[in-house]
Amino acid sequence: MSELKFRDPVLARQLAQQLAHLMQEIGRDVAVMHVCGSHEQAIAKFGLRSLFPKRLNVIMGPGCPVCVTDVPEVDEGVVLARDGVRIATYGDMLKVPGTVQSLADAQASGAKIDVIYSPSQVVELARSTSEEVVFFATGFETTAVATAAIVVNDPPKNLSILSAHKYIPPVMEIVAEMPESRVEGFLAAGHAATITGSAVFESFVERQKVPVVVAGFEPLDILAGVVELVKLVRDREAKVVNMFPRCVTREGNLPAQELLWRVFRQIGGRWRGIAHVPNGNLRLRDEFAHVDARKRFQIDVTTLWDYAPPHLAHQCICGDIMAGIRNPVDCRLFNKECTPENPVGACMVSNEGTCKIWHLYGGVPDLSEIA
Amino acid sequence: MCLGVPGKVVEIHDLTNMATVDFWGVRRQVCLDIVDEPVIVGDYILNHVGFAIRRIPAESIAETLALYETLMSEDPGDFMAADVRGEIDAAMKAVKA
Repeated sequence: MSELKFRDPVLARQLAQQLAHLMQEIGRDVAVMHVCGSHEQAIAKFGLRSLFPKRLNVIMGPGCPVCVTDVPEVDEGVVLARDGVRIATYGDMLKVPGTVQSLADAQASGAKIDVIYSPSQVVELARSTSEEVVFFATGFETTAVATAAIVVNDPPKNLSILSAHKYIPPVMEIVAEMPESRVEGFLAAGHAATITGSAVFESFVERQKVPVVVAGFEPLDILAGVVELVKLVRDREAKVVNMFPRCVTREGNLPAQELLWRVFRQIGGRWRGIAHVPNGNLRLRDEFAHVDARKRFQIDVTTLWDYAPPHLAHQCICGDIMAGIRNPVDCRLFNKECTPENPVGACMVSNEGTCKIWHLYGGVPDLSEIA
Repeated sequence: MCLGVPGKVVEIHDLTNMATVDFWGVRRQVCLDIVDEPVIVGDYILNHVGFAIRRIPAESIAETLALYETLMSEDPGDFMAADVRGEIDAAMKAVKA
């Protein structure tokens, strides 16, 4: 764990005191949820949980796009790869377990998998070969917009898109409505909201009667966001507060939104371990069928199902962790059978997965002397 | 994966709608197709997977850079530092003049 570094330790201490005071006023346990892997990284890395009062539980929800990519979606990529199609995808996706194989397993048995950092690189890759290239495209709306940009920009004929893109606002509704959920407020991720704008959460707040605070990624941004959120919980005030105005406006990035919805439509689908999320998946619209891998290829994932799934997977509690019901340390596999080198569940795969983050930094470090 | 990284626009290529962007001395090509506002040389943008997703208002630049400057000095195994480097790598290597 890296040393706690605040640009302004005095302000950090004041915020921590303010938070302690607010929690005393509330006088009971409070759980709030953030939905962003980068928030969890910052919370764990800077030891922020040691500054949170004991009765305040800051949970990481389904904020890791890699972790919520469902098993059948990975299977689609694996089937295509085994059929000799060249797959390009983000590096985090390689070890995510499918029903039988991950993409890394397929690669080990001879499939062609290219790791890319940007959709632009996928275009370059397709231009450099006559082979069919499929971009296994994952990520939330922020990343989906970049995929949309290559879709409308006359992509090479041998390039198609297997979209596993996901849209965050609908899953917040699902988590808020779970009967076991005790989440009383949400901390929304600054950079995703850069695209959608903070206004996207207004109807959510109206329906669910819980506050949403948009926060940045600096330790101070997060602390200030949590303070604001707990204040709203105390006052029973359900509204959207934007604490990250330097990157997020109310309207968001309008040209990007226009492009996102021109290329993608929302459909319901499963998020790994969470639930069926109505409108939670982004699929290419019919106008773009010619670049849709699902239209261009017959992808039959049932060919994989003759094999028994690994039995350890049944013990994995990633779903409960992402729903905020349990913590990684509640899992009997955590840091034993399940490690970043040999992940059982998707939360241990990605750098944004709760389990991998807790594996590296530890979940609740004792830094109380700093507070 | 959703952590965008700020960089300074040093050149704009109108034909391809790409910009050469400087990230702490590393120059990369960033696509301007989805940025929210017109960008000129000298502006700072937030880069995500090789695309500018926001023009950072002048008054917010110093504040925005602070976190990244801390992260850039971190050891490479650190997740956030790795994400920042990944985002910089996501922008394609600058085309030689």
